[in-house]
Amino acid sequence: MKPRTLFDKIWDAHVVKSIPGGPDVLYIDMHYIHEVTSPQAFEGLRRRGIKVFRPAKTLATADHNIPTIDQHLPVKDEIARNQIDTLGRNTREFGINFFGMQHEHNGIVHVLGPELGCTRPGMTIVCGDSHTSTHGAFGSIAFGIGTSEVEMVLASQCILQYRPAAMRINISGTLKNSVTAKDLIMFIISKLSSGGATGYFVEYAGEAIESLTMEGRMTVCNMSIEMGARGGLIAPDNTTIGYVREKSAKANRTVTAREIEYWSTLRTDPGAVFDKEITFDAAEISPMITFGTNPGMAMPVNGTIPEPPDGEKEAASYLKSLAYMNFSPGMKLEGHKIDYVFLGSCTNGRIEDFRAFASVIKGRKKADTVTALIVPGSKMVEKQIYAEKLDRVFREAGFEIRQPGCSSCLAMNDDKVPPGKYAVSTSNRNFEGRQGPGSRTILASPLTAAAAAITGRITNPSEIIPTNLT
Amino acid sequence: MPGVQFTILESTCVPLPVENIDTDQIIPARYLTATSREGFGEKLFRDWRYKPDGKPDKEFVLNNPGYKGSVLVAGRNFGCGSSREHAVWALYDYGFRAVISSFFADIFKNNALNNGLLPVVIPPDTLEHLFMLVKKDPSMKIRIDLEHQLLEIPKAGLAVRFDINPYKKECLLKGLDDIDYLLSLKGEIETFEKNKAK
Ligand code: SF4
Repeated sequence: MKPRTLFDKIWDAHVVKSIPGGPDVLYIDMHYIHEVTSPQAFEGLRRRGIKVFRPAKTLATADHNIPTIDQHLPVKDEIARNQIDTLGRNTREFGINFFGMQHEHNGIVHVLGPELGCTRPGMTIVCGDSHTSTHGAFGSIAFGIGTSEVEMVLASQCILQYRPAAMRINISGTLKNSVTAKDLIMFIISKLSSGGATGYFVEYAGEAIESLTMEGRMTVCNMSIEMGARGGLIAPDNTTIGYVREKSAKANRTVTAREIEYWSTLRTDPGAVFDKEITFDAAEISPMITFGTNPGMAMPVNGTIPEPPDGEKEAASYLKSLAYMNFSPGMKLEGHKIDYVFLGSCTNGRIEDFRAFASVIKGRKKADTVTALIVPGSKMVEKQIYAEKLDRVFREAGFEIRQPGCSSCLAMNDDKVPPGKYAVSTSNRNFEGRQGPGSRTILASPLTAAAAAITGRITNPSEIIPTNLT
Repeated sequence: MPGVQFTILESTCVPLPVENIDTDQIIPARYLTATSREGFGEKLFRDWRYKPDGKPDKEFVLNNPGYKGSVLVAGRNFGCGSSREHAVWALYDYGFRAVISSFFADIFKNNALNNGLLPVVIPPDTLEHLFMLVKKDPSMKIRIDLEHQLLEIPKAGLAVRFDINPYKKECLLKGLDDIDYLLSLKGEIETFEKNKAK
């Protein structure tokens, strides 16, 4: 048999039918939904007078527009409340499991799926959210879809898709100290640009990837979409299986011997051909920050903002972006004053991210000039923070821990960054106005964000020696 | 939106020569709270159309009475970022029926095709040329013929072929709906499930 990629193996196992000259009908194992991109899909089902085909394969949460304080009270914002209530009504009517705001499993859709053992190797996973690529960390095909496609999956558990092109990104060697999974993916995006992987599904491989924890792998796969990729995935190994086992046991889900046997076949065959293959050396990577208004505009924390690219149009877009940030080419950002710090989101809102942040702030004090938004990715992450007494570390350093949700990542709730203010954010998008109209976002790792929170300035985290958490 | 038909479109263009326009610009997240598909047009490019004080920004092309029409011409990598279909609904609700660019983000392209908004991909230099032509003559009409996959500007003697996947083309030409098709496969899907469980 012809050598196949990991991606092909999973895809082939899910094709119900190929339409000649058209897309494949792809079967979906797991469908996550949330309040923002689902209401119109349910409305569509009602208009057609049909039911959800496989309600047990869809899981719902409210995350995008929930408040991060006083979650025991009704949501104040009337429109947001209406959207959350609508999801509650829809899931009741159509028999879907819903982790509403009060539920112990509530959280950001891409944080809770993995932590409940629902995301597993070899699956096809979709969600009406571009960061569905997160779940690829488990060796699954996971990608974001639009609301019309949410309706397709609800109606038929299938979706119409063309097979994307295949790319493999190898990271050889080991990451330097203070360089995290977030820096790794920001580095890759800065090399490929924000549209550089459009049309591709990316497999990440190599020593540096294999040595990442599951949480680190999720951070990497999460941001695949920021270079335009349809998604990203990593072959499952013992790290993956151990993680799925542990999380499943906690959530009372079984993992069968047959599943594990199958998962061990999920790797790219030697000799399989990729449409594009790139290799980077992990030793080249330093802690990263963004300086513009798309995630491709990133550089090392101690770097200098590059000169505009060639081409009139490209240069104009580039300068427009810098103008929005009030930066200019040739500028160094290290030491630049910042106003806000956001720790959270589906990129960096998991327990390891809180541990990393805590390792830097322990025994230090938050800068008075900084407003910090510290938001766990889920109720379970929140619980773990308290169980490990990290809340004390945060409190003693002058930080307050909020309740879980997407929060300032897209600022649909009150957690907005004011116009003109700089936020060092562990989220995934630095688009104009993403964290509130006029807000200026600088993406970074939890370590870099913590260093900025302490000094009130953009700071290389390797210069602030982390105090070990024991 | 089930079954929107698209055959031939003739219209003037609205030029927006900015690259990497993400869906957060097309429709900011704070307006995603509706539960129906209608009414998003009003919020299209909200933060570019209006100044922070709520007054229209005269510099922005949608506020320029000189440019009208149901075709938006935009810089490369249009529609990147969030998967929100609201971006397509907003463009459609505003009155756009086609977007021309040299490059579209994947999910946006899919969403557009699923809602009868035609994404037309043309080579970068043709796009530059088109921007120039529109700038020179805002009243210039273009013609998009889906059946023959042709973009024509009769006045400038320009005709370019564009690609579209054959399945989606068929759906748009006939106004067919994906969900009806998938529902017709129920038997095959059930057989697939049974085989998989073995
Ligand atoms: S945390 Fe941000 S990126 Fe992740 S799902 Fe929520 S809004 Fe989207």
